[in-house]
Amino acid sequence: MRMSPQIRWLPDGKRLHLNDGPMDLILQAFGNEHQVQMAYREAAARFVTVLDELCAELTLLRKPMCLDSTWPSGGVARRMASGVAPFAKRCFITPMAAVAGAVAEEILDTMTSVAQLDRAYVNDGGDIAFHLGSGQQLVAGMIERPDRPSLLATVTLRFDQPGRGLATSGWRGRSFSLGIADAVTVLARSASVADAAATVIANAVNLPGHPGIVRKPACELAPDSDLGDIPVTCSVSKLAEAEIADALDSGMRVAEELLASDLIASVALSLQGHLRIVGSSPDRLVHSEARSLVHA
Amino acid sequence: MGDDDTIRCDACPVLCYIKPGRTGSCDRYANHDGKLVRLDPHVLLEQAVSRGESVVPFLQQSQDWAGDVVNQAGTFVTAIGAGTTYPDYKPAPFIISSSVNQVDMVTVVTEGIFSYCGVKVKVDTDRYLGPETNTVRAQGEAVGHVTTSEYGSQMLSLGGVRHLTGGSRKEGTVTCQTLLDLCNGKAAELQIDDGTSVVVQSGKPPIVDGVREERMRVGCGSAAIGMFAKQWFGKADEVVVVDDHITGVLSQHQAGKLLGMRETGIRLKGRRSTPGRYFQVAEPGTAWGGTNLDDPRAILKQFDPKSAWPGLRLLMVSTTGEHSAYFELDDKLELVEKDLPHPLQESVARIRENCEPALSTILFMGGAGGSLRAGVTENPVRLTHSVKNALTRITCGGAPAYVWPGGGITFMVDVGRVPMNAFGSVPTPAIVAPIEFTLKLADYAALGGHMDHVRPLTSISSSQDREHRIARPENPWPLEPANVTRRAE
Repeated sequence: MRMSPQIRWLPDGKRLHLNDGPMDLILQAFGNEHQVQMAYREAAARFVTVLDELCAELTLLRKPMCLDSTWPSGGVARRMASGVAPFAKRCFITPMAAVAGAVAEEILDTMTSVAQLDRAYVNDGGDIAFHLGSGQQLVAGMIERPDRPSLLATVTLRFDQPGRGLATSGWRGRSFSLGIADAVTVLARSASVADAAATVIANAVNLPGHPGIVRKPACELAPDSDLGDIPVTCSVSKLAEAEIADALDSGMRVAEELLASDLIASVALSLQGHLRIVGSSPDRLVHSEARSLVHA
Repeated sequence: MGDDDTIRCDACPVLCYIKPGRTGSCDRYANHDGKLVRLDPHVLLEQAVSRGESVVPFLQQSQDWAGDVVNQAGTFVTAIGAGTTYPDYKPAPFIISSSVNQVDMVTVVTEGIFSYCGVKVKVDTDRYLGPETNTVRAQGEAVGHVTTSEYGSQMLSLGGVRHLTGGSRKEGTVTCQTLLDLCNGKAAELQIDDGTSVVVQSGKPPIVDGVREERMRVGCGSAAIGMFAKQWFGKADEVVVVDDHITGVLSQHQAGKLLGMRETGIRLKGRRSTPGRYFQVAEPGTAWGGTNLDDPRAILKQFDPKSAWPGLRLLMVSTTGEHSAYFELDDKLELVEKDLPHPLQESVARIRENCEPALSTILFMGGAGGSLRAGVTENPVRLTHSVKNALTRITCGGAPAYVWPGGGITFMVDVGRVPMNAFGSVPTPAIVAPIEFTLKLADYAALGGHMDHVRPLTSISSSQDREHRIARPENPWPLEPANVTRRAE
């Protein structure tokens, strides 16, 4: 049966939880109480139609993005398309790679367009769009393994830096990955770009042909996956140090290219306990434990 | 496992294909041995407001609450998310006992699949929506018809088994979705054959051909004359109530005649119906009285010099009192606009005061037929009798339901009083609605209830699959003694 969108407060009474089908958003706004309430009201009103809008164009959104692709018409769908467009020349990518980031972005923009907020964030299953007023900052926690959440590092997001989107991708997450990274976290100008970039970099953290990696065509796992018969990662055996370094290296190469073309601000890649951080400024990613760090 | 075991989830419009042992893209619905299973929390309705506890409402419709305290007497388990055991040969999913005022009460909670169901939509508007009995469409599919109108409101009857399962697959699907949207508080856009397009939503003003209805007219122009004639008498020599439907003229109207009002020589454009009542004085629109006029003088012809007199006082007012103007005739019997005298200002304000906000209101109506009752009791007809005798109370997601007299259990509920998103659907297509039967434990035993399946409330409250919501304050608490008249045997 068609369940309708759910809108409710989390137990702390401060964070709003919006759920509709596969979308799970947690959002919070800070500032003048009246403005905050107005922002919540608009966010909820906008949210309830998002899934229907997306599903109306689902067939198109599941097709690979290329230069002559038909541009979708919905607001969120267009954000998805523009989020993945910069990567279309480089690799196979469909607008679905940016769906979570694009939804977060749309809801955040809805909030900030009706209300004056000090700061706000919309977290769509780990892909986060945030707003920072003058002098404001937010601290985001990073986890290495979505299935075993433990705080790996914190990221301080500052108003005077350009990043307004933070997204994570990895084979253990809810979406399929072609790579073997446990998690790739990207800070970018917008959540939809961060989402697409995290997908692309996580796909690149890979050891093609490695016998310890079990892959299956995506359509065997989910018949309607946008990835069709492309093999996706199902499990990864314990890897040797050198193999981990190789896989991370190939991810780093892609990350550095994207960084050089100014598409993203910083990246953290994690694979079997090894973490690498790439970014123009070290204080964008503040690690809480001693880790081997590499700065580009 | 072959592709035959793949199922298609219809929990949301993504419509995922799900392989056995896997979940859909939401991680909430899964394919378990070829069956779609869902892991939604069960909704407990909590009487938090009356206990003065802090509550966390969001918006008006959603009063979701995330408290921890479960107080037995103040908790009512609704059927929302209870699941169903269709075809109902098994006991209903939840049969809950709780003690209220030292009387053991049993609530049998189930979600019924209603093939025989629909909604009645009351659209507060005097606008002509379309001919009675004409088909009402959504997305081009027939989903219902225009039924007999009520005072100040047009009525639509949507759904029903003929549209749900008697027509094409598309007709059934669209009908089901339309009912679901309306029951869950969403808007639906409807087209009436040879009529208008209307957007209706529970508790919201209707939008007719793109124009939002603000307030109900106090009545048509003629009715307004009848209602206010005495208040105008002596304060004006003539009153015209401008209305797109029927414009009323006081001196010619039966009400004016009864007061002995003098003929004024006023002459109107349009088509005269009975005395003092005129059709089609202007084109429909959004200005004066639902016409296209910004200046009401446009509906008047020259006064008849044989009857009119200089100094004649004319009030023109719309049926909502939103527009009004006052004129006097000069020596050439031409209209001269003047300020509205104080006593007439009061009468105009009175018209405005008598206009209620225009709303669409939606009643869900369904029949709890044969098999659903078997989930409640081994002897289904006794449940029907018990409901009829008001020993058993029926609620729909905790909201009070009116049970239609006669055979069977056909009930109506205002969807605006049911907790948010309480309704669902199955691919049949049919609507899934929560339904709870509450009665005394002893009565339950007497009517052949599934006593071995009765669970204390605490066993539900302590489980994880639950969600607390605060009760809607306007609804009577479902477990209080029934405030209904017992039907005579």
